[in-house]
This record gives sequence, structure tokens and C-alpha cells, in this order.
Amino acid sequence: MSVKAIVLRSAGSNCDAETVRALDMAGADTDLVHIRALAEDVSALGESSILCLPGGFTFGDMVGAGRIMALELRTLLGDALRDFKDRDGLIVGICNGFQVLVQTGLLPGWDDDTRLALTLNASARFESRWIRLAIEEGTACRFVAPDGADPAGVWELPVAHGEGQLVAPEGAVDRLESQGQVVFRFCGAGGAPTDEYPANPNGTPGGITGLCDPTGRILGMMPHPERHVSFHQHPAWTRRGEEREGIGLSLFRGLVDAAR
Amino acid sequence: MTGQATRGYWAVEVRPAPGVGDPMGSEATESLARQGLAVTVASARTVLLSPALGPDHVEAAVAELLADPTAEVARITAPGDAPERSDGTLALHVCPLPGVTDNLAAAVREALQLIGIEPRRITTARTYLLQGKGLTAEQAVAAALRGLANDTIEQVVAGDELPFHNTPEPRRPVRVEVPLRDLDDEALQRLSRDRTLALTVEEMRTIQGHFREMDRAPTDLELETLAQTWSEHCKHKTFRGEVILEGPDGTTTYRNLLKETVFGVTDKLAAPWCLSVFRDNAGVIEFDDQWGLSFKVETHNHPSALEPYGGAGTGIGGVIRDTLGTGRGAWPIASTDVFMVGPLDLGPDETPRGTLPPRRVLNGVIAGVRDYGNRMGIPTVNGGVFIHEGYTQNPLVFCGSVGLMPRSFVEKKAEPGDVILAVGGRTGRDGIHGATFSSEALHEDSETVSATAVQIGDPLTEKRVADALVRARDAGCLRSVTDCGAGGFSSAVGEMAEESRGAEVDLESAPLKYPGLDGWEIWVSEAQERMVFAVPPERLEECVGLFKAEGVEPTVIGTFTDSGRLVVRYGDTVLGDLDLEFLHDGLPRQSRRAVWAEPAGEEPAAEADAVLAPADAILALLASPDIASKEQIIRRYDHEVQGMSALKPLVGPHHDAPGDAAALTPVPGSRKACLIGCGAAPRYGTIDAWAMASCAIDEAMRNVIACGGDPARTALLDNFAWGDCDKPEQLGALARAAQACHDVALAYGTPFVSGKDSLNNEYRVGDETIPIPPTLLVTALSIAQDVGHLVSMDLKGPGHSLVLAGVTRRQLGGSHLRLVSGVPAGLSVPRLVPEEGRAVLHAVAEVIGERLALACHDLSEGGLGVAAAEMAFGGDTGLELDPSAAPFEGDGDDLHARLFSESPSRFLIETSDANAVIALLERDGVPAAVVGNTTDGRALDGPGYSLALDAMKSAWLGGLHL
Repeated sequence: MSVKAIVLRSAGSNCDAETVRALDMAGADTDLVHIRALAEDVSALGESSILCLPGGFTFGDMVGAGRIMALELRTLLGDALRDFKDRDGLIVGICNGFQVLVQTGLLPGWDDDTRLALTLNASARFESRWIRLAIEEGTACRFVAPDGADPAGVWELPVAHGEGQLVAPEGAVDRLESQGQVVFRFCGAGGAPTDEYPANPNGTPGGITGLCDPTGRILGMMPHPERHVSFHQHPAWTRRGEEREGIGLSLFRGLVDAAR
Repeated sequence: MTGQATRGYWAVEVRPAPGVGDPMGSEATESLARQGLAVTVASARTVLLSPALGPDHVEAAVAELLADPTAEVARITAPGDAPERSDGTLALHVCPLPGVTDNLAAAVREALQLIGIEPRRITTARTYLLQGKGLTAEQAVAAALRGLANDTIEQVVAGDELPFHNTPEPRRPVRVEVPLRDLDDEALQRLSRDRTLALTVEEMRTIQGHFREMDRAPTDLELETLAQTWSEHCKHKTFRGEVILEGPDGTTTYRNLLKETVFGVTDKLAAPWCLSVFRDNAGVIEFDDQWGLSFKVETHNHPSALEPYGGAGTGIGGVIRDTLGTGRGAWPIASTDVFMVGPLDLGPDETPRGTLPPRRVLNGVIAGVRDYGNRMGIPTVNGGVFIHEGYTQNPLVFCGSVGLMPRSFVEKKAEPGDVILAVGGRTGRDGIHGATFSSEALHEDSETVSATAVQIGDPLTEKRVADALVRARDAGCLRSVTDCGAGGFSSAVGEMAEESRGAEVDLESAPLKYPGLDGWEIWVSEAQERMVFAVPPERLEECVGLFKAEGVEPTVIGTFTDSGRLVVRYGDTVLGDLDLEFLHDGLPRQSRRAVWAEPAGEEPAAEADAVLAPADAILALLASPDIASKEQIIRRYDHEVQGMSALKPLVGPHHDAPGDAAALTPVPGSRKACLIGCGAAPRYGTIDAWAMASCAIDEAMRNVIACGGDPARTALLDNFAWGDCDKPEQLGALARAAQACHDVALAYGTPFVSGKDSLNNEYRVGDETIPIPPTLLVTALSIAQDVGHLVSMDLKGPGHSLVLAGVTRRQLGGSHLRLVSGVPAGLSVPRLVPEEGRAVLHAVAEVIGERLALACHDLSEGGLGVAAAEMAFGGDTGLELDPSAAPFEGDGDDLHARLFSESPSRFLIETSDANAVIALLERDGVPAAVVGNTTDGRALDGPGYSLALDAMKSAWLGGLHL
């Protein structure tokens, strides 16, 4: 069965092409659609089971990263989005897409009044580097399977953002943890979560950098899985021996499998 | 600020919520402390909205958009009210000057439309709340102007009375004639100066004669159009003029310097894989059967000196538009940036008046490239930083852009009858020099005053233009494309009119940022983020739809014709009607005298070069800012977006070693790669321009070849940055450097495909003006057949041999060794031997092609000592280094020359089969020898010294203080 996916872009989205490529590599049939075009004809959303919000700087990150695209989503696609969610559609937001999901309230969950924020990195700077990710044990996320990861269970992916530090109201992080909503944490070489720079590049508490909603069908993450789908994208591939697939592809495969 | 209601606006001040960090505030605290102001700063963002909005609308705007409910708190102040401030708090607001791009205000306006709120006016400010003892507003403003704002584009307001202006009344441009007929030379010169036309008397006389023949006076718009089109920037008069060069070998006459050197070599080489050279906004080479790669590097020096952030941002924005405007549009896939600035430890007091301290310039340009490049979604993949006292008053900022395009879109031609469609940003007085402002009195505080040559870039608009452009191109809507750069519409339409042989424009339809512009101002404005297309009339509706879908404003401003004339109207009024042939070919040719002499001065004695012991010299060199790690800069750029990156700027097991070139795999599913590398040798420039230029070319070549590029598929770009070429010795150096480009490129078989020159970079010391060091930046674009065969420079592990390919000579003139040793630069700059260099490049490429190289690194600043050290700590692998076996010409015991000479045409190759490597190299006539063995130790061991890898790495990582 072919799985239809939409990569939804807006003004200033910029990781759209490689995200389409990653989904296609994972076996999806992917369309790149502008949010204004989708608002005029929402039928494409009805036919799709995956909605991906790619990285970028929508509206130049003015006012706050993802804030204006979130307003677009709420005002132009609010009902269609709720229908999509109610049909058990899968939603992934990467980097700026994660910021949009948080701004719309889709994360931590549409029926949850808690409002999270992803704010300026502790360094006050945009930062681009490769980091290690540990997958949270017992995560509710339905499409993150740790197969293919290295023996320590660690994923290597790049981050490139200036606003990735999670800010949550008191008690909210405990609740996210207990409900399995934490998906990824920045970690050291051994897989232990870390607060230390640069392994934790933005100062996010407990290294939390990937969250899902309580159903496990909506995922947001700051690191870029679409930038590590092939061997030669790894920064040290010249030392890594035989060619193999990039670990980021396993996320997209998991997504397509969960949609089948 | 007279005549306006007190606080006639809604003010929304947004601060980080209690308990959430305030990194911007902390940065401001530090920044003001550096200016001698001991205060604690809290940061905020202020948005001012028209007073006519109802309170419910303002509250909705805050709730839906302006403040985050978790991380921020907002305070709303009603029109006329003053915000309450706690005791001892001084509020400083940094506001854009009238007419300066305010990206935040534009985004807020667009977003508020989504919830049905449309304020007539929106402005924004960065707000700083200062707490400190005995603080006066005057002190605070003065410190803020040095540490938090730039008065070229911003104003600092103390207290809570912010500027909030009304839009001026519209005014219809009229036809203005400028009588020329009876002016004598002196009057012509005065006219050129007063209107800042920058035309010579001879050129003014040519224009006078042309209009005498037509028996009328030129209009202001016609004069401005001629001045723009004939400017050095657009026509390269010096480079394309006649140069009579007198030197020790006699006199050489170049009838057209550019044609006989840089262009000439490309003509001679006639490489079939060069698809477009020197005739478009960028050069284009073949990538494969279907795809071409475009490449262009631009300078944006003067704006960056005044306002580094805006200057570098609009610089990168401009070169990206060159990519978009190549053929019928290329998609930008990578950017490069090279900065040349004064010594970073020069304090504000040591920096000449009117000049920003070099460190502030460097940080500003980095931030400008970061914000523009990142927001465009284009990876910044390669670059460099060069420090030299000669750049203190004339910093150089080079921005490059690589584009990918289907080969079928390389050619373009506007046809008569095609619609002239302008898209992108609106037109304002941006980039029109203050002195050329119309004589009408302007109010100091009016929005129409934008007497600034510098702007803040608007990457969001440019991104939308790019997204729409490729879709319109692929739909077949575009017959020709160009960007509005220098000269704005006048040069964009003027150039495209050459394709169809004519154009007629109506400026009344051009969208303006604010009313009140004269016709000629609309015509020559250099407002950013604009492009012009030729669209067949039957495709216009579709094309306009594609742009509107991306939120871009497309406007029909005229029609291409074949009348042979460039006609510019405003409604029914003809503002200009120029003969195209005169416009493009009427410029009188220049002829200038140039001189050069063999470098004079003294060469230091050999003992002077040995003041530092080898180990100390290696550590000092690694910490020298030109050589030291650029990681702090690289990590502020997204260097991987678009997912094509195959060799990143930082390589090695810890992703922190200095890669030689960047590699990308631009076509999904193809293993073919392109490589980008650069070279410059400004320290040799003041000694010998030929040596400087030839070494720059060789370095750019070495960088791409070391990573696996194919020397037979490598194209070059030249960027000359020079002093005043009215000085014969400056022009002589320029001619020598251009000759080096010709000689070396011919020997290497590597064509130049595009280039740019920036002349007149001089600075004043007392009564004298001093030129910058003659500077040539060379950028190389190379192709590799298989990404899997690329090589990085980090040592791969113990038990391997290190082979040095190429000859070392005692060439320490202008070297980094002399710089860090405090020894005068001397004379013995490296002299490239072109035939030798060609052999080395091809032989090393063969070694890599045979998969014999585990790592490969070129030798450049700091010579063998630095290259070997970088490979060792970069690969976390020990190395025993003994250069005594290396091919060397000179005194055999000259250890410092062996280790630190900067002779070009040399590489280090790590291999597990040294015999095969050496045999291959020697077969091609390249001398080579084993100079080291990799170990499982943690040090670089040489005769009489041992340097821990960690010590070298920390010296290298800590050398550049931003």
C-alpha cells in the first residue's frame, strides 16, 4: 500500500527538498505543498497519512521561531488539521517544524493546556554541529524504533538552530516523562543524557530535544534526521569503513511503517 | 520629532518571563561593560502600533502573535501613556532610522493580517532596560552607539518617547533637463562631482557631444543612467582599458588588460565543459549531461566597513541574486565567505577616526552572513579569515554563491514584445548617495530620508523570490532573468534591453517603499531583493500567479522592444530616451601608464628565521589567527542545509580539523561531487604581485585537488581588491597579477569563468593615502566522479607513511614564520613554477584516483610544520616527522626553511603504500619522499622535540578571538 505524505512549506521553509527526498527513500509517496495552496484545497490532506513540517526559518523567525507559521496553521488549516489528527494521521516537525508544533499547541498535545516554548539557546547563538541522541526508554512515539542505531543505542545527527532550549511550566517535564512523551535526549558517547555543552548544544534541560503527544503520533525534534540518510553525509565518513545507510533514514522508515 | 503627538502609538514591550534566561540582556551587559559602562541590562522587544487600533485588537495581537505565553511577558502601553519604570531604570531603545528595512515590522504586518488586524503603521525597536548607579542618559546613549547600535542605520533613544512618523504626501516626478551644451571642462567636472556621477571630464565631454548632436539637453535620469552604466563597478574601465606597462624587461602594452589576460586564457583553453564564461551574472560549467553549476564571488567592502552586519548580509544577498539571475535562473546550493580585516586586538582608541574596530567589523560581518545565509537555507561551506594591518580601514568582504541549474536554462534572451516584470522588494532611496538627493528640503525626521548607502538585508523576501523563480522557470514562463544590483532597474533593464534591442519602461507602476521619490531615484535605486524578468505576454498571468502564491509582489513595469532605444516614462511624461548603442558602447576607452619594479629592500639573514625553536614556532603558528581554527565562525553558519554536504568544513573524528575544500553531491542519486576551495596570499602582495597571484591560484587548486578534485575539470574565479589604479605602481601591480592569472591558468589548463574587481581601496595616513595590500582571492570549483573516492586531511591511524610531494625551497619572504617570529617580511616570497605546479596537481590527483591516499593535505601558511601538525591532531594520530629526506633546494641543514617555508605546489599524503605513491609521483616528474610515519603515540615527534597532540590542538583552537 502506498503511503502518501505531505511536506508542508511556508515562506522561509528551507529543508523541504531533502525532507521530501528522505520520505521518498523510506518508501512514501511525497508531495511538497505550500500552506496557502493547501488552505485553498485541503483535499490533499485527506488523502495523506503523514504530514511533515520541515526545518527552515519560516517568516525569518521574526517575533519567535515558528510563531507566524503556527498562526497560519491555526487560522488557515485549524479544522483540517484536527480532522487529520482525529483520523490518526502522523505528524512530524523537524527543527523549525518542531517550533511550529509547539507554538500551535499540537505539542505537548491539543487537548493539553500546557504551553511549552523553545527559546534562545543558552549560548545566545545559532549553532550548527553533530550531536548524539539517546532514544528514551519507554517512549510513546510510534515510529522511533532504535534498530540500526549503534550498540550504545546512540544516533548521530546534526543540529542547526538558534532557538532550541525547552522552557516548560513547573511540573510539566515530569508529566511529559511519565507519559512517555520524551522521545530524544542529547547524550554523551555512552548514551547518558547530558546538560553539558557542546554535547547539549542549546542548554535544554535534561537534554530533551524530541517530544511526542500522548498518542505517540505527533513528533517534534530539533535535530535533522533528513540530513543523515546517506553514508557520505556523516562528517567523519572518510574514517568509517564500509558504506551504510545514514541513521536518520530509520526515523522515516519507522514513520512510513507506522502509517501502513 | 516636532509636531507629533506625544507617544502617539500603542507600545507593546515583550520581555523574557521571570525564571527564563535573558541571554540578549547578558550580552548587552557585557557589551556595555566593554564600553566602560557598569550596568545590568534586561532586554526586550518593542513593537509600536498605530493609535487608531482598538484595545481589543492590541490584546489579540499580543495573545496570538507578539508574546509567547510561556517564555515571555508583554506589557501594553496605550497611546499617550508612559510605561511605568522602576526607580533607577533607564530605558534605551534602538530604532531603525527612517527608510531602513525593518524586517520584524514587515513580518508582524503580514502575520496580523491572518487575524484581521491591519494597523496603518508598525515600527519596532530593540529595548534595553539599564540598571546602574549614577547613570546618565547621555553616557548610556554614547556607550550604546558603540556597543549596541550602529548610527549608520539606527538611532538610540533614551527614555520612552519613540519616533513614530507619518507617511509623507505623494509627489509626482517631473522631467528635469540638465543643460550641458555650453559647459566648459571645469563646469563639466563640477557637474560630475556635484551629482556624484563619478565620470571623468573626457566621459562628460562624450556625453555633451552626444546630446549636442541630438540638439537637446540630457535629463537627470539619462545622466544618472549613463553614470551607472559607465561606472567602474559595471564597466571595469580600468581592467578593460589600455595599459602601458613599463618594467625592468621593457614596455608591454595591453590593449585591453582583461581580454588579454584573464579572459584571454579562457579563450585559449576553450574548454568544452565551460558553458557560460564572463557574459552572465555568474560563470557556468558542466556538472553532468543534464546539470550545470554556476559560480560567482562578489565583494561588498565599503558597505561592510560602515555597517558590517548590513553590509555583509546585503553582500551575500546580492551574490545569491547573481546565482538566481544566471541564465534563466540557477538554484543556490552553497555560499562562501572570506573576510580580510585589520588586527583584532586594535582597540577603539587605536583605530583611526571614522573606522570601526576590526573585531567589531569581523563579528558584524559574520553575523550578517549567518543571518542571511541561514535564513535563505543555503549552506555556507567554505571561507577564510586574513588579518593584515592594511585592511584596518578597508576591510574586504568576499561572498560567493554556487548554483545548480538544468543545462537547458543556461541561455537567455529577452524578445521584443516580452513583458518586463519586476519582483521582490519595494523601491526606496536605498543606495542612492546622500549628496545626490534632490534639492528639495527634506525633514531630518522624515521617513523619506534614507541617505544611507547601507541597508539591512531581507532574506525572507529573497527566499520567496527564489522559490517562485525556479517554479516560474520550470514552467517556461521566463525568457530572460537578471537581478537588480548596482544601478538597480537602470542596469538590470538596460542589460536585458541589449538582448531584445530596446525597452520601454513606465516607472509609475513600480511599487515604492514610501512616496516622494524622483523618477531617476526610482530608476537607479539599489533597493535589495529585486529582480527583473522578461516574460512572454501569453505566459504573464501564469507567471504572476506563481509569484503571488509565494507572497511575492510582481509588477509589470514595461515592455522589451527592438527600437534600439531605452525609453523611461512616468505615466505620460518621458523622463529619458537613450540610444542603446551609445549607452553600452559610447564609453571612451581609457589608456593608462603603469610601472613595476623588482621588489626592493632587504632579506633577513637565515639566523633571524631561527629565533624560535621548531616546537615553539609550530605552536605560535597554530595560534596565529589566519591559521587558527575558524570553528567559532563555521558553527554559526548552517553548513549542511539542503543535505548535499559530503566533505564539511570541519573534518576528523571529532569534527574539528581544518578540511581543505568543501564537497557537495548536488544531484540526488548521483555519486558525482563538486568541490569548492579558495586561496589568497595577501602577505606576498606588497612584495610581488605576480608571486601573490600565482600562489593564490595554486592554493585554491591545491585545496580542491587534495580532497579528490579533478584538475582537468576545475574552473577558477578571480576577485581583485586593489588600491587606486590612477597610481602607476598600483596599476603595474594589477597588470602583473593579471598576467600571473594568465600564465598559471594556461599552464594548469584551468579556465577562469567569472570574476570581479574592487579598486580604489585606499586609506589615509596624514596627507598620504595608502593602498591595501594588492589582494587576489581565487576560488576554485572542481568536479569529482565519485563521492566515495574523496579524501579528508585527518590522519587515519598508526602504521602508515607520510609522503611529501613537491620541492621545498628557502622561500620565507612574507611567511607566517616571519610574522610570528617578529622578523621583517623580507623579499624571498615563493615563486611558483607553473609547469612544476601543473605536474604536482595532476600527479597527486592520480595518487588519489588510484585510492592510494588515506589522507591528503596541502602545504600553505606555516608550511610543512603546520600541515603535519594539523593532520596529526586532526586525526588524533601520532606522527614521527623527519623532513631531512624531503626534496629540498638550498642549504641542506636549513631546518626552519624545510619546516616553515611556504613554497607552493606541495602536498602531504598519508598512505599504506609509500613505494607506489612515490613511484607514481616520480613517474610524473614530481620529486617526493617519505617524511614521516604515523604512530599510536599522542604526539608529533621531530628531531629534538615532541609536541603533544592536545597542546597543539588547544593552541590552534584558541588562536582566533572573536
